[in-house]
Amino acid sequence: MEVTPTGQMPTGGSPVELPINAVRPPRPGRLIGAAVALFFMVWLAYTVIVNENLHWDVIVSFLMDGRILGGLWVTIQLTVFSMAIGLVLGVLAAVMQLSDNPVLRGTSGLYTWFFRGTPLLVQLIFWFNIGLVFPNFGIGVPFDGPKLIEWQANELITPFTAALLGLAINEGAYMAEIVRAGIRSVDPGQREAAEALGMSHRQVLIRVVLPQAMRVIIPPTGNQFISMLKTTSMVSVIAGAELLTVAQRIYLGNFEVIAMLIVASIWYVVLTTIASIGQHFIEKRFERGHAALGARVRRNLRPFAKEPA
Amino acid sequence: MTIMQAEPMVKIRSLRKRFGSVEVLKGIDLDVPHGQVVCVVGPSGSGKSTLLRCVNRMETIDSGRVWVDGELMGYAERGDRLHLLPPAELCRQRRPIGMVFQRFHLFPHRTAIENVMEGPVTVLGASRAEARRQATELLERVGLADRADHYPSQLSGGQQQRVAIARSLAMRPKLMLFDEPTSALDPELVQEVLAVMRDLAASGMTMMVVTHEMGFAREVGDQLVFVDGGVIVERGDPREVLAAPKNDRFRTFLGQVL
Ligand SMILES: Nc1ncnc2c1ncn2[C@@H]1O[C@H](COP(=O)(O)OP(=O)(O)OP(=O)(O)O)[C@@H](O)[C@H]1O
Ligand SMILES: [Mg+2]
Repeated sequence: MEVTPTGQMPTGGSPVELPINAVRPPRPGRLIGAAVALFFMVWLAYTVIVNENLHWDVIVSFLMDGRILGGLWVTIQLTVFSMAIGLVLGVLAAVMQLSDNPVLRGTSGLYTWFFRGTPLLVQLIFWFNIGLVFPNFGIGVPFDGPKLIEWQANELITPFTAALLGLAINEGAYMAEIVRAGIRSVDPGQREAAEALGMSHRQVLIRVVLPQAMRVIIPPTGNQFISMLKTTSMVSVIAGAELLTVAQRIYLGNFEVIAMLIVASIWYVVLTTIASIGQHFIEKRFERGHAALGARVRRNLRPFAKEPA
Repeated sequence: MTIMQAEPMVKIRSLRKRFGSVEVLKGIDLDVPHGQVVCVVGPSGSGKSTLLRCVNRMETIDSGRVWVDGELMGYAERGDRLHLLPPAELCRQRRPIGMVFQRFHLFPHRTAIENVMEGPVTVLGASRAEARRQATELLERVGLADRADHYPSQLSGGQQQRVAIARSLAMRPKLMLFDEPTSALDPELVQEVLAVMRDLAASGMTMMVVTHEMGFAREVGDQLVFVDGGVIVERGDPREVLAAPKNDRFRTFLGQVL
C-alpha cells in the first residue's frame, strides 16, 4: 500500500482501503436504561417543583437576603484564608518530612498524625475554648519568663479566628501529604541537574522541584478547596457566622427550616461550581511543557486524519 | 590554545567510594590537565558515573582526595584535620563545573532559552536581559537559535542534549563532565551532539567524558582510561590504546562495543 507525500490515501483503491462505515449492533439495554433514568429525573423534578411544603417563594426572597450574603462572604473568606494558610503549612510540613534531619521529620510526622487523627469538630471546639487552657498569650521569654506583650485569650479568640485556626491547621495536615506526594513525583534527575548548576537546596526546591510538583499537587488541592467550601459549615458549632450558621439563625426565627437549608445549599452549589471551573483553568496553566507533547503529536497526525480527496 | 600548567585541572588521588557494603571505586588515581579531554570507558556498573559524580561532589567520598583547579573538593584542610565544607561552599565549588547527563534532565516547565538562563539568573544573580543575551548566543553556538521558545517535550533527544550542554556552558565552566551524553539518543542524532562536543574540545575546554563512542575518543580524546570493577585497568593515548589494547578485559570489552 502506498501513501502519497501528503499522507493521503490513493483514491479508487479496493474496498478494503475505504473508510469503515459499519452498522452498529442494536443495544436495547442502553435505550431502556436511559429511558428509565430520564423518567425518574423528570418525576423527581416535578415533585420538587409542585411541592407546596418547600415554599419556593420564601426561598427566592431569602436568596439575596443581606444576612445570607454576609454569611456567604464569611464562608468565602474562611475557605480562602484557611486553604492559603493550610497550603503554606502543608509545604512546610512536607519539606520537613523529606529532610535529612530526624527532629524536623519527627515534628512534621507528629503534626500530621495528631491533626489527621482527631475529628475536625473536636479541634474547632477546642480552639474556641482555648482560653480555658491558656488564659493569656504573650510574646517574650519562653518557659514562664517575662512577657513583652500579653493578650487575653478571650479577646483574641473570636469565632472567626477559632474557625480559621481550626480549619487551617487541620487542612495543613492533609495538604502535607498532598505536597509530599507531589515532591516525590519529581524525577530525581531534576534535582541533580539543578544541583550541578550550583543551586542551593532552597533554590532547587523553589525553582525546580515545587513548580513541577504543582502538576501533581493542584488537582487534589482543588478538591480540598471545594471540600473546604462545605467543611466551613462545621463552624456553625461555634457560631462562626458563616452561611450555614446564618441560615440556622434565620430559621430559628421564622421556622422555614427546609427553605433556609435550600437557600444555603444553592449558594454552596454556586460556590463549588465556580471553584470547579477555576480548578479546570489552573490545571491547564500548570500543564505547561507537558501538554506540548500531546499538541505536537496531534499536529503531526493531522495530515493523516484528513478524509481521502 | 592549550595552556600547560603544572597543576592539572582535575587531580584524583586514591579515591575510594562505597555504597553500603559495596565498594564501587577502589582507589582511583587520575589527572586531567588543563584543556585536555579524558574519555572514560568501561562496562556497565564499573563505577564510571560514580567517578564523575565524585569530581563535582554530587557524591561524598570515603577516602582519597579530589582537587579541581587546585581546590580540594568538599573539605577544608586545616592543620592535619579535614573539615566538611558547609552547603553554601559546596554550591560555590560546583558552580564552575558543568555536568551533562545521559537523560538530559532539562527543566520541563521551562523553554529552551529559559533552561539556559536558569543558572546565571538563579545562581549567579545575572539580570534577565543579560542572561537572555548570553543564552541566545549559546543556543546559536549549539545550532538551536530557532528553537529558543520550545519546551523540552517539543525537542528531539539530540536537540534536548544540545540545550543541556548550552545550559551548562551558561555558567562559564572551567571543566565539563559528560556522563554518556549520547547513550539515550537514536543513532542518527548522536553525531549532532558529538559535533557540539568536538567544537567545545577544540575551543580548549577541559572535559571528562564517559562514553561508548570509541570514534569520538580516538579523534578528540587526549587520554583514555578503561575502568573495570572500580579500578583503572588501562590508560593511555586513545589512538595507541585502542589500536593495541594490553589488558584482556579491555580487549573483550572493545570486542563488545566496537
Ligand atoms: N546511589 C547509589 N546507591 C547504591 N548503589 C549505587 C548508587 N549509585 C550507584 N550504585 C552502584 O554502584 C555501582 C556503580 O554504579 P555507576 O553508576 O557508577 O556505574 P556506571 O559505570 O556508570 O554504569 P553504567 O554504564 O550502567 O552507567 C553499580 O553497581 C550501582 O548499582
Ligand atoms: Mg553510568
